[in-house]
Amino acid sequence: MKFTINDEVIDLTLDPRMSLLDLLRERLHLTGTKKGCDQGACGACTVLVDGERINSCLALAVQYEGCAITTIEGLGTAGDLHELQRAFIEHDGFQCGYCTPGQICSAVGMAGEIRRGVPSAVTGDLETDAIDLSHDELRERMSGNLCRCGAHNGIVQAIQETFAPKAKP
Amino acid sequence: MNPFDYARAGDAAEAIRLAGGRADAKYLGGGTNLVDLMREGIEHPTHLIDVSRLSHEIAARDDGSVLLGAAAKNTAVAADPVVRERFPMLTRAIVAGASGQIRNMATVAGNMLQRTRCLYFYDDAARCNKRTPGAGCDAMEGFNRFHAILGGSDACVATHPSDMCVALAALDAVVHLQGPQGARSIPFAELHRLPGGRPDVETELGTGELIVAVELPPLAAARHSTYRKVRDRSSYAFALVSIAAALEVGADGKVADVRLALGGVGTKPWRALAAEAVLRGAAATEETFRKAAEVELQPAVGLSDNGFKIELAKRTIVHTLASLCPGVRT
Ligand SMILES: Cc1cc2nc3c(=O)[nH]c(=O)nc-3n(C[C@H](O)[C@H](O)[C@H](O)COP(=O)(O)OP(=O)(O)OC[C@H]3O[C@@H](n4cnc5c(N)ncnc54)[C@H](O)[C@@H]3O)c2cc1C
Ligand code: SF4
Ligand code: FES
Ligand code: FES
Repeated sequence: MKFTINDEVIDLTLDPRMSLLDLLRERLHLTGTKKGCDQGACGACTVLVDGERINSCLALAVQYEGCAITTIEGLGTAGDLHELQRAFIEHDGFQCGYCTPGQICSAVGMAGEIRRGVPSAVTGDLETDAIDLSHDELRERMSGNLCRCGAHNGIVQAIQETFAPKAKP
Repeated sequence: MNPFDYARAGDAAEAIRLAGGRADAKYLGGGTNLVDLMREGIEHPTHLIDVSRLSHEIAARDDGSVLLGAAAKNTAVAADPVVRERFPMLTRAIVAGASGQIRNMATVAGNMLQRTRCLYFYDDAARCNKRTPGAGCDAMEGFNRFHAILGGSDACVATHPSDMCVALAALDAVVHLQGPQGARSIPFAELHRLPGGRPDVETELGTGELIVAVELPPLAAARHSTYRKVRDRSSYAFALVSIAAALEVGADGKVADVRLALGGVGTKPWRALAAEAVLRGAAATEETFRKAAEVELQPAVGLSDNGFKIELAKRTIVHTLASLCPGVRT
């Protein structure tokens, strides 16, 4: 069974019960992706599949055979951080760091949704494709990622600086 | 999780063949509900047929209708330009539900067939008639703040949790099915059953029957429609009360056309036909909206913790209709 994970083709056999999250963490030792609730409620396990953000805990790995999966390890490395990782450091976007890989993958997926004009629950005009990443839009769109440490102010600033440098705070 | 066989279907016929008419086979959409329930030991299919690669198509037709492939993702439906223009309440209902990540995984059919979030249904140490027919219902005397005030029975008062389905109920959607016995179409209103004495039997689907598409018939009034959801926190929570409403007011100030459905209050997505009958042809005023709400909620029954939903539903109906009607302030 073939998967492309962080640009590397991986071929392995799997128990169909294994979640994509457990495949990443337990089999491939990509432990950047975190397990919080294991039931879709916290976002710590967020990864990108063909560029779209999903919760890997609710995903059966077999269902994603043939897909391109990007985890936090694929977005940046210690020597070559993603610009959003740099912004998280600069704005104190984390304390314990447990939610951070999920926050970052989720924000990268979210930026793509904004570019494609996907509306949210707080988008006023449904007929426009030009969505401003305002404070309200950002908070609504990131509501699937919880942070127990309450690092939200820094998280919001880091995402806004990276993806909407000109938006009003 | 119990072991199961997994197979991926390329089209509807293959899916039905793979399911082989087995009662213990299940179709798998995005998995966001089924995988969770399997992990909790509430569902234990022996065969999973992955139908997430079936038709994703969202087809806008010239007559004003739109056909949604059963495997279209919730995000794709909400973002579709024609859905946004013709049926804004559907976009608003979808984006009011779950999170960005879950909406990217969830499919149209999976959303329709998601199961209740009743805590006792999820807790296998509790008594639940939906899980084990005849076992009893711990919600009746338990914590029932989230439960239904409309459509309940002595056996079960669990709500249907979907936001998207409230819009489908209001829009007179039609569900296209295919199964071992052939193809058929049923009105969305007939897809879900009231619990009655058998809350474990939730839909009209036969064994092995597959949802292949959902059709939104043309509806001019739907261009002027919205969805209002009231919940305990402003995002990422299930509805206490929600309203899908389409309203067309004529030059004479009277209601020319209306569609109304309620979420969070019914044991199935709740079409408010009694309220619509009061509204149609009446003056579009706050007084009329209130009267319609009173009539619809007249049969409502509150339990120990959820009686507040009765007045909340009425006020949300009035407020939502008024928001579609610039002349009326509440
Ligand atoms: C944390 C969390 C919060 C949520 N909040 C909300 C919310 O606020 N509002 C809301 O509306 N929903 C909410 N949801 C629920 C979510 O919308 C559903 O889980 C999702 O829509 C289910 O779609 P799916 O494709 O993943 O279904 P699956 O889990 O794959 O399947 C669900 C059911 O549908 C059946 N099925 C799937 N496809 C077909 C088909 N083609 N034909 C026949 N049967 C089929 C399956 O056998 C299964 O029984 C939430 C979920 C989570 C985990
Ligand atoms: S309300 Fe329905 S689902 Fe909840 S415990 Fe009672 S029977 Fe089960
Ligand atoms: S671990 Fe997946 S959402 Fe919490
Ligand atoms: S930084 Fe600790 S959970 Fe977010």
